[in-house]
Amino acid sequence: MKSAVIVFPGSNCDRDVAVAIEAVTGTAPAMVWHGESELPAGTDLIALPGGFSYGDYLRCGAIAARSAVVKSVVAAAERGVPVIGICNGFQILTEIGLLPGALMRNKRLDFVCRDVDLTVVSSQSIFTSGYDAGETIRIPVAHHDGNYFADEATLDRLEGEGRVAFRYAEDVNGSARGIAGLLNDRGNVLGMMPHPERRIEDAHGGADGRRLFEGLVKAVA
Amino acid sequence: MKLRVVVTLKPGVLDPQGKAIQHALGSLGFDGVADVRAGKIFELDVAEGTSDAAIGEMCEKLLANTVIENYRIEHVA
Repeated sequence: MKSAVIVFPGSNCDRDVAVAIEAVTGTAPAMVWHGESELPAGTDLIALPGGFSYGDYLRCGAIAARSAVVKSVVAAAERGVPVIGICNGFQILTEIGLLPGALMRNKRLDFVCRDVDLTVVSSQSIFTSGYDAGETIRIPVAHHDGNYFADEATLDRLEGEGRVAFRYAEDVNGSARGIAGLLNDRGNVLGMMPHPERRIEDAHGGADGRRLFEGLVKAVA
Repeated sequence: MKLRVVVTLKPGVLDPQGKAIQHALGSLGFDGVADVRAGKIFELDVAEGTSDAAIGEMCEKLLANTVIENYRIEHVA
C-alpha cells in the first residue's frame, strides 16, 4: 500500500499515524509537507493527522484547509482514494468541505483527553469493516474542539445515508447526535475525533484502533 | 481602503464561550444579561477599488465558516 501522511506546521500526530500505518501495512508512508503541490504517484491512502495546525488560528483546520497540497487531496478523494482525517484532520476535512458540518468548541469548554467508549454504528464502510456493527470500542480522545455541528436536516440526511461511522457512548463534547466519526457520501473519506492510531498494540492499553487500519487494508486490497 | 469584517455565530448555533462569558458577568454582579454571543472582528487594509465581490469572496472562502457563521462587512474609510 502506498500511503501518504500530510504534515502541516503544528501537526503532532503525524508520526503516530505513520507508525500505525507502517505497523499494519508493512510499508512506511510518505510524509508529505503541506506546501507540496502533488502527492507521490500511486498514493492509495491519505491520512490527515491530529495536532494544532497553524496554532488553530482563525478556526481549527481553517488555514491548513487552504494549503497547496489540499487540491491534490481533494482530487484523490474524488478519484475514490481513501482519506482518513483524525482529530485536527477531521477539522481540516470539514473546513475543506470534503465532509459536511463543523467542529466547534467542546460544550463544557474543556480540553478532553481520556479514553472513551465508541459505538461502531456500521461495519459497512472500508474504515469500519474490521469491527462488528453495534460493537463498543475504546479509543482515546484529545481535543478542545470536537463538538460536531450540522443543521437538523443535514444530520437527518447523514443518519439516513448511514454516514455516521462512530458515535460516542457517552456525552464527551456536546457533539450533535453523539457523532464521533463521519463518512462522505461515497464512503471513501472518514473524519473522526478519537485517535485510533494511539491504540495499535496492547502496550498502548488496547489495540482497538489497529482494527480500523487492518480492516481498511483488507477492504481496499 | 479599510474594512472591518464582523463574524458572528448563526442564530441557533450553541456558543459555549458566550455562555461562559454570560455566566462570568453574572458572577461579577451584572444581573439581567440575557445572552452573550462571542464573535470575531477582522480589520483589513485592502487596495483601493477592491470589488465588493472580491471582499465577499474573502469572507466566504476564509474569514467565515458559513456552515456556522454569518459575516458583515463594514467600510471604515
